[in-house]
Amino acid sequence: MSDLEAFRAETREWLEANCPPEMRQPVRDEQDIYWGGRNATFKNDAQKAWFEACRDKGYTVPEWPKEYGGAGLSPAEGKILRQEMSRMGARPPLSSFGIWMLGPALLHFGTEGQKKRFLNEIAAGEIRWCQGYSEPGSGSDLVSMQTYGEDKGDHWVVNGQKIWTSYADEADWIFCLVRTDKQNKYQGITFMLFDMAGSGVTTKPIKLISGNSPFCETFFDDVSVPKSYGEDCPGYVGEINRGWDVAKYLLGHEREMISGAGGGDRTAAIGAAMKRNAGELDAVLRAELAMFDVDALAYTAMGEKFLDEMKVGKGHPAQPNMMKYAGTELNKRRHELMMAAGGSRALEWESDETSGGKPARNWLRTKANSIEGGTSEVMLNVISKRILDLPGA
Amino acid sequence: MPLYYDDDQAMLAETAQAFMSEEGAIAKQLRHWRDRDCKDGFGHGLWKQFAEMGFTGMLVDEDDGGLGMGHVEAGIVLENIGRNLTPSPFLSSSVLAATALKHGSDDVRGRWLPGLIEGEKVYSVAIDEGAKHRPETIACKAEKSGNGFRLSGKKDFVVYGASSEMIVVAARTSGDDSDSDGITLFAVPQDASGMSHDSVRLVDSSMASHVTFDGVELDGDAVIGEVDGGRDVLNAMLMAGRVGAAAEGVGVASGAMDMTVDYLKQRKQFGKLIGEFQALQHRAAHLYSEVEIARAVTIKAAQLLDGGSEKADLMASVAKAKVAKAAGLAVKEGVQMHGGIGMTDEYDIGLYMKRDRALQEFLGDMYYHAGRVAEMSGY
Ligand SMILES: Cc1cc2nc3c(=O)[nH]c(=O)nc-3n(C[C@H](O)[C@H](O)[C@H](O)COP(=O)(O)OP(=O)(O)OC[C@H]3O[C@@H](n4cnc5c(N)ncnc54)[C@H](O)[C@@H]3O)c2cc1C
Ligand SMILES: Cc1cc2nc3c(=O)[nH]c(=O)nc-3n(C[C@H](O)[C@H](O)[C@H](O)COP(=O)(O)OP(=O)(O)OC[C@H]3O[C@@H](n4cnc5c(N)ncnc54)[C@H](O)[C@@H]3O)c2cc1C
Repeated sequence: MSDLEAFRAETREWLEANCPPEMRQPVRDEQDIYWGGRNATFKNDAQKAWFEACRDKGYTVPEWPKEYGGAGLSPAEGKILRQEMSRMGARPPLSSFGIWMLGPALLHFGTEGQKKRFLNEIAAGEIRWCQGYSEPGSGSDLVSMQTYGEDKGDHWVVNGQKIWTSYADEADWIFCLVRTDKQNKYQGITFMLFDMAGSGVTTKPIKLISGNSPFCETFFDDVSVPKSYGEDCPGYVGEINRGWDVAKYLLGHEREMISGAGGGDRTAAIGAAMKRNAGELDAVLRAELAMFDVDALAYTAMGEKFLDEMKVGKGHPAQPNMMKYAGTELNKRRHELMMAAGGSRALEWESDETSGGKPARNWLRTKANSIEGGTSEVMLNVISKRILDLPGA
Repeated sequence: MPLYYDDDQAMLAETAQAFMSEEGAIAKQLRHWRDRDCKDGFGHGLWKQFAEMGFTGMLVDEDDGGLGMGHVEAGIVLENIGRNLTPSPFLSSSVLAATALKHGSDDVRGRWLPGLIEGEKVYSVAIDEGAKHRPETIACKAEKSGNGFRLSGKKDFVVYGASSEMIVVAARTSGDDSDSDGITLFAVPQDASGMSHDSVRLVDSSMASHVTFDGVELDGDAVIGEVDGGRDVLNAMLMAGRVGAAAEGVGVASGAMDMTVDYLKQRKQFGKLIGEFQALQHRAAHLYSEVEIARAVTIKAAQLLDGGSEKADLMASVAKAKVAKAAGLAVKEGVQMHGGIGMTDEYDIGLYMKRDRALQEFLGDMYYHAGRVAEMSGY
């Protein structure tokens, strides 16, 4: 037995022993996802047990180094763990912007002190993070953002407004783009980290077309952000005024996560499931499902190729934009087809059978996939310029 | 297995690319033979060079004198064939016929493989019996006669049939037309009496035959594999061919896309390079995404086939269908974005459109394969 085969066998055994049956079912609603944080509560004992087992094993962030709360798995081992978890339908033990976005940026740009502190907190689900990028006047044109931090020596005083801050009202800390030099567009932004419980931060939820309100307007009114949280632990990531590099790096990870390239069923084939739900399919719907499944299965292969290539540094650095574009457009199409196959049942907004209108709400939520983290149009701009090298407008 | 080329494969890709863009280039092969109205539709000299490069027998086992490579490697050669629109019997001979012959007896392999490996002989396959690919139904009959068989019936879309020394024919030796069992594959030599070709030039300048078998007498040793048990061999051959055709399609798509993107960077209208117009940029970027995804699933399918995975059949159909979508888009956008010049015979982009159309039909179009994906998935 090779090392990897042995690892697979061990992993399977560990998962069998530690993943409660309740955690081996598809996520049905928001409560099924554990986000961690200072005010977090568990939905039930199974969720708690599963989270704690994974945390202790380093499996909330399996590929991070052990000293930062991970399990130090190699990419190949990480892939095996994902495969084995998806084989048994295990839910992620912990979801967080810390894992998907801030963590990778800290691993890349952070100081040792920042890594020790923040990565361990993220891995243990102690601090819930949110992302303060967008502003009312700066969405796609993100670099035009205006939130300003005035230099006061050992700290900044931050004023401004962010918008579309997902889960800002439930988050503990924010990673936030703040302008620290008004003269310099690209090299005048600092990537700050601060506690939202401090004075001057307020949030106001925004309701979505899906009926949920997972995101907020976020206001900063003379918020004091320290330049340091102790030895070797700055209050910003990377260099002062060079936060744009960090922001872009992080966006790459965000796009990858939204594209579904990391696995999961967002882009899997659906024809067979639709037939089970809907009974006999109309001929044209069946044909559309078949064409969708072709695209979905092909995209799954692309996701695999993308991850394989990333691990060895092959492939184009702007490739995440392509994955994001193709993956999100596919996911929207998937939910259009699921609504069509679901018929009148899928229209129900509040019934028990639909777990409170899950099909309809999910369908509406997917419309954000091609907006959040950069719109499809912006992805296409990046592909044209950076991959195809087409001339600038 | 990671979804990119290992070092050996990357080296093969470099070699194949250099060779095909030089020796297999459009001006040197496709246009050259087309403008001479060549009855074969490809150059035998190039086929000989394919042999010298080690391409012809790459899928043949080493024990039989081949290189014992896999479908990923064959796909690398095919992608470069596609990119240069190189007319050659590689897909029909070295992929389809070679895969069938692998299942043949010592005698069958000994008789046919050396000529293929040396680039002396060209083979083709006869599967379809109508305008659309429907290998589930085979009506062509081979009845027992003495020690051998008598073959009668018709086959369509036998690519390079008239130029072939041998045709692999799927015929019915028992049962009804749509039975799964009762199929036998035969290696039918070109000089078999009673076989006639109605050879036609296709839109892409390649040649294909309608073949009629009028009581063709075959020896028992024309049989490839088991009598009545040919369905598995046929399926293996089809899978190999579909993955190969998908790889060639990726090449056609990439070739057309690259030409188009280059053109967008050169052509000026309204005082700007047309590549500066976002309306075209977005379509080009979308096209790029589709082609990359098609490439990924094609390599995936080839790897699954090489690994003997039971998922290979499904993924071969996914690849064939996805490539058809992507390549179809690439050639249509290619002609459109070239404007008027794209409609001219002198410019190459139209040749990509023609090759794509032929490749779409070969071994099943995207509708056929999407249908198979649905069936294999249980809906
Ligand atoms: C569900 C959801 C969650 C989000 N979470 C967060 C979060 O946690 N933190 C955060 O900071 N932000 C978040 N966002 C914000 C998101 O990043 C922005 O909405 C996104 O970047 C688009 O900006 P905008 O909404 O201002 O649209 P605009 O930039 O105003 O775009 C409007 C339209 O114009 C198009 N457009 C704009 N510029 C161009 C161009 N150059 N070429 C062609 N078309 C163009 C766009 O594609 C779009 O279709 C979230 C958004 C959503 C929907
Ligand atoms: C079969 C045929 C018959 C013809 N007959 C005649 C005739 O009898 N008399 C005659 O005078 N002409 C004729 N034409 C020429 C025809 O009018 C031109 O081909 C057409 O106007 C396009 O110009 P072009 O070929 O130079 O393409 P280009 O203008 O170079 O366009 C190339 C590509 O760029 C795109 N593009 C260009 N500008 C923009 C922009 N601003 N925004 C977005 N995309 C843009 C185009 O849509 C096209 O896809 C004929 C053409 C054909 C194909």
